Amino acid sequence: MNKLYEKYIKKESLPTLFCPGCGNGIIQRAAMEAIEMNGCKEETACVSGIGCSSWIPCYLQLDVIHTMHGRALPFAEGLKLAQPDKKIMVFTGDGDCVAIGGNHLLHAAARNIDLTVVMVNNNIYGMTGGQKSPTTPLEAKTKTSPYGCIDMPMDACGLVMTLGASYVARWTTAHPVQLTRSIAEGMNHKGFAFIEVLSQCPVQAGKNVWGEKDPAKIMDLYKKYTYMTKTGEVDPAGARSASAIEGKLPIGVFRNDPDAPEYLEKVEAKLAECGIR
Amino acid sequence: MDGKPEKRNEVVLQGNEACAKGALYAGCRFFAGYPITPSTEIIELMSGEMQKAGGAFIQMEDEIGSACAIIGARWGGSKSMTATSGPGYTLMQEAIGFAAVTETPIVIVNVQRGGPSTGQPTLSSQQDIYQARYGSHGDYEIIVLSPSSVQEMYDFTIRAFELAEQFRTPVILLADEVVGHMREKIVIKDGTEEIKSEKHQYVVSPQEDFFKGANSTVEGQLHDDQGRRIGHIASKSGDFIYNINRKIQDNIDSIASIDTYCMEDADVAIVAYGSVARPSLNAVKHARGIKDDRFMSKAKIFRDLFKRGVSETLSSDYGHLKVGLVKINTVWPFPEELLKQATKNVETVIVPEMNIGKYSREVERALRDKKVIPMSKCGGDIHTPTEILDKILEVEGLDEEVK
Ligand SMILES: Cc1ncc(C[n+]2csc(CCOP(=O)(O)OP(=O)(O)O)c2C)c(N)n1
Ligand code: SF4
Ligand SMILES: [Mg+2]
Repeated sequence: MNKLYEKYIKKESLPTLFCPGCGNGIIQRAAMEAIEMNGCKEETACVSGIGCSSWIPCYLQLDVIHTMHGRALPFAEGLKLAQPDKKIMVFTGDGDCVAIGGNHLLHAAARNIDLTVVMVNNNIYGMTGGQKSPTTPLEAKTKTSPYGCIDMPMDACGLVMTLGASYVARWTTAHPVQLTRSIAEGMNHKGFAFIEVLSQCPVQAGKNVWGEKDPAKIMDLYKKYTYMTKTGEVDPAGARSASAIEGKLPIGVFRNDPDAPEYLEKVEAKLAECGIR
Repeated sequence: MDGKPEKRNEVVLQGNEACAKGALYAGCRFFAGYPITPSTEIIELMSGEMQKAGGAFIQMEDEIGSACAIIGARWGGSKSMTATSGPGYTLMQEAIGFAAVTETPIVIVNVQRGGPSTGQPTLSSQQDIYQARYGSHGDYEIIVLSPSSVQEMYDFTIRAFELAEQFRTPVILLADEVVGHMREKIVIKDGTEEIKSEKHQYVVSPQEDFFKGANSTVEGQLHDDQGRRIGHIASKSGDFIYNINRKIQDNIDSIASIDTYCMEDADVAIVAYGSVARPSLNAVKHARGIKDDRFMSKAKIFRDLFKRGVSETLSSDYGHLKVGLVKINTVWPFPEELLKQATKNVETVIVPEMNIGKYSREVERALRDKKVIPMSKCGGDIHTPTEILDKILEVEGLDEEVK
């Protein structure tokens, strides 16, 4: 075990329940490195929902709440309001965040509350065995779309940008360096930081979504189907759909606005204005 | 008492206001909620007062989000509460199970209205008595308090926080529209109570509050004492389930609470909880010929009696009836031993409740040797004292005489 793992992993909790080649391990490592880069381990707690991706923080030597399917954000908002000076990271999946937790996502983004959200997008419900998710590409045959998916995949980055999230980025597991930097940046950012990571689920999304079972090959496809953008260059706000397979998908930091008013700051300002605090 | 009389803060409050004030006194410093009749006054009051008390308030996008937010806040170290009614309480159920399994001390207020579904937004009921106990999936025990006056809305809210912290469990304050909306003079306290957060000996997985360097794991899957998942191991999971239930059941003596009235020589008992305990008490007083009445104006008594065509002398005619009241304060866990003790000399038990007669089944189960008479009332109106008195007369075989 290297030093990072020594410091961050709860050895008693191993092995992880991730399948071999799953993207979750790459993201877990990026998160550990980002916390280490920021030197903020003592001030960081994690909250996650339910799904394979939501197990990412459960192996970390941090305070962790592993919550309910779709509800990581409201738990995190309560924790943040009780501990305004601390850094709260949220790990969630495409189903967890955009389907069952969609309403919470809208409102957390609109509040621009200071959380760092890592949404692991494997375009599938991994944990329950390969059913269609809100980000499953059109025509993909999954366990619950046996004739091909007819629902337009949703662009979570576009959605939260429309609502006012002030830090928004999309990366893939084939871009671990940029991903790590983004998570670190997001944690230092005051406001709702939303980082989507395209992540391979070779077991449940491999064949049906990517036509590939080999994790390395899926990661190659991530590189092939995405293009790098500079901040502000493209604005997915309002984008209806996002699917790497259906056309080139932008990756990068889409928005980084440190001046957007953050929820807790707005609360404090209002209370000061009214002479309450 | 000699010396100066104790300073009494007497105020006239609405039940829902008293609940909010009780929470603030108990040290509640986080409130999340979503408006719904008939509990809305609680979120309204909290939206102004919580931050003055140095706490945090947030109006969430729905009730499940509210319940989740207060759990998150509690792990952040803030005592926390939410309040709702009817459909909102239903939406919270998954989070209540989560709080039970993670042993998170939170307080949830359900000011009951009529259901099912949208049901009766503005009228009262006690239809959620079983949902309060078993509303979330899976096996868990929970503590549920049922206030019957504005004073109890205040006192029981404080007690709810104490029990939550002591047993590391969600506690439900199961109020109803009648006690939520009535106004009464009550005594409140100054300042804030220091409620200790105990890691009770029965707590299965005693995790620390966050940011204390403990690397706590708050896990919704069944878990061991370190918070590690054991859901895939049948034997360990079984132990977890038994332990989490036992921590409440085995401590019922320090949780259960009832009040009795005129039970010493009673041969008939009314067993009631929540607002229905009020007309029940009134009926007992009538049956006993006790004139003093805090709960109903004379005019109203006479009007009720008048309607029935009974003269004012009724109380002297029936003043000899040996009827008593057992008011259940902690509806769950079911205070079986206390109830058995209190009713050991009675033959007949009447259980008035504003639902299809749910709690009476539990009473019947506990008091097998007695005649248990359910007195269901649905539709939104609380039982009148007269209705309960009628039932008493019927039980005593006196109903014909009155007609
Ligand atoms: C209320 C509720 N509904 C359904 C489930 C079953 N469930 C568990 S994980 C999951 C989907 C997870 O998908 P995603 O969030 O994309 O995570 P992944 O496993 O793909 O990382 C579902 C439907 C649940 N646990 N709770
Ligand atoms: S099912 Fe997919 S997402 Fe889940 S652990 Fe396996 S590879 Fe990863
Ligand atoms: Mg997924």
